[in-house]
Amino acid sequence: MDMPTTTKKKLGIKEKYALMTRGLDWETTYQPMDKVFPYAKFEGIKIHDWDKWEDPFRLTMDAYWKYQAEKERKLYAILDAFNQNNGHLGITDARYVNTLKLFLNGISPLEYMAHRGFAHVGRQFPGVGPRVACQMQSLDEMRHAQTQIHSMSNYNRYYNGFHSFPEMLQKVWYMSVPRSFFDDAYTSGPFEFMVAIGFSFEYVLTNLLFVPFVSGAAYNGDMGAMTFGFSAQSDEARHMTLGLECIRFMLEQDPDNIPIVQKWIDKWTWRGIRVLTLVAMMMDYMLPKKVMSWKEAWEIYFEENATALFNDLARYGIKMPDCAKQALIDKEHISHQAWATFYQYSAVSNFHGWLPSSEEMDWLSAKYPDTFDQYYRPRFEHWAKEAAEGRRFYNTTLPQLCQVCQIPMIFTEPTDPTQICYRESEFEGDKYHFCSDHCKNIFDDEPEKYVQAWLPVQQIYQGNCFMPDADPTKPDFNPIEEVLRYYNLQNGRDNMDYVGSEDEANFRAWRQTSTQN
Amino acid sequence: MPVKAIKDYPLRVADSVDKFHGNIMLFVGWDQHLMFCAPFAWALPPAMRFGDLIEGIFPASFGAHPDFALIDWSKVEWLKSGKPWAPDVNKSLAENGLGHKDCLRFRTPGLCGIKGSGS
Repeated sequence: MDMPTTTKKKLGIKEKYALMTRGLDWETTYQPMDKVFPYAKFEGIKIHDWDKWEDPFRLTMDAYWKYQAEKERKLYAILDAFNQNNGHLGITDARYVNTLKLFLNGISPLEYMAHRGFAHVGRQFPGVGPRVACQMQSLDEMRHAQTQIHSMSNYNRYYNGFHSFPEMLQKVWYMSVPRSFFDDAYTSGPFEFMVAIGFSFEYVLTNLLFVPFVSGAAYNGDMGAMTFGFSAQSDEARHMTLGLECIRFMLEQDPDNIPIVQKWIDKWTWRGIRVLTLVAMMMDYMLPKKVMSWKEAWEIYFEENATALFNDLARYGIKMPDCAKQALIDKEHISHQAWATFYQYSAVSNFHGWLPSSEEMDWLSAKYPDTFDQYYRPRFEHWAKEAAEGRRFYNTTLPQLCQVCQIPMIFTEPTDPTQICYRESEFEGDKYHFCSDHCKNIFDDEPEKYVQAWLPVQQIYQGNCFMPDADPTKPDFNPIEEVLRYYNLQNGRDNMDYVGSEDEANFRAWRQTSTQN
Repeated sequence: MPVKAIKDYPLRVADSVDKFHGNIMLFVGWDQHLMFCAPFAWALPPAMRFGDLIEGIFPASFGAHPDFALIDWSKVEWLKSGKPWAPDVNKSLAENGLGHKDCLRFRTPGLCGIKGSGS
């Protein structure tokens, strides 16, 4: 039989889109749809008509490959040039490299988890529209993990602390903060995952993560990290529209969905804000050349943008999460509290800690006129004096952690910056502790989930964070050294103060040989 | 509220007392001394004398603070789960009613951190 020759040679964009997305779906007959999509209903979200889903971006897979391949070519050309020209010697100062360690260890593996999460929900939604969109986002997230790892791998040849990031994500104490955030989202149902990651993180909070890191890279001469940021930007725009469409769709499908969605927005905005504490300290303390203060970033990207967003969502009956009120107060404090934490625990961290210089403290005073001099400068000046007298302060006792965000209990009462905020719940005869009302509320809503938290401090004390050959009964057993060995953290190289580190000495020497004979 | 799940959701407590080899976890924070960024956590034998906690454990953990040497322990005010509490230093942790994951705070009147800043 001859092939018909009169058909159109090329499909129109609209036709092609319809065939390659919606046209791929079918109603199953051998198995009931409820068995094919077993996760679609248990969360209580009611969807009556999946066809009402409006595809937020009309992209087919073939076009997707084409765009992404073009972006990859540009990115890797720039990365090659940066690496071959020893671009790392052009950064402001090797302290900057520690922000990359934080990113590679704490953020890039989350991109990979986002890939897994979106692949999972991209399988589980009964509607084909969100399924296709989630599959594309899943591929984006994989690409982000890869490009970030590639662009930072060059630093691994010259600097300490980059060598074992996948392993460290599973083991190092503070890594349980970003890891548990994503594990929490990933182990929820598909709708909660979309509110958690698709909306709360990718829409409400994403600028607070990426703008500081990418601008920080640009300000500090790191063209490699800057370029992966730009290469991810158009993907991020797509992710934001997907997150928002998902919220709109759930809210329009059934009024019973509104309280469930509101609860998830409240929970995940707070979970995200707590994780962003790491970004806050990065902006205020770790960038040698600073972009803006955390407080300023918060005001622009949360207070202005999110207020406008929640005003828009008001017509659906959604309101700004209550936790925003506490975040408004906390913006004056969290960066200082977090950096003070990493400074004192830098013997057990995989990046360096250091004290702000007197010029940097003046910058902090100017940016935080209501809090820095009163509450935080005395602490840093005291440590500077101690360090100058040969007593650099290393805290070697393990801290109490919040059961939900897993951050040490470093945060203060919203009404009193000199008082640690203690909250407590009892469940099935055991006590649980929290850093805030919002973390306590999250626990109280689903205690069975959070009693499983792998809290690093509790795990160390149970003896679960030593190598198999470690013998705690030996008289010379040093628990801290043994925990570092378990972390695969090179004691004396990856950790401790930046001043006196190999990174500092090497950077100085290499920069000198690159500019002088 | 119970977790919404597609099947039975067993209770898996990751830090129940039976996992600590006979010890209990105890958390202690020193109010207005935020140079120590968070309260401390220890796993301790419940038979330990409360006074040994102060004399044997605290110095290595809190001793770096210039106020520590100035503490008059007879005047220290204790809180347990946020409520006033009075320990007997010669009794054990268990005899003082301390159980797994109890949280204590102490206040040292007149000592308010570095330059009175609460640090």
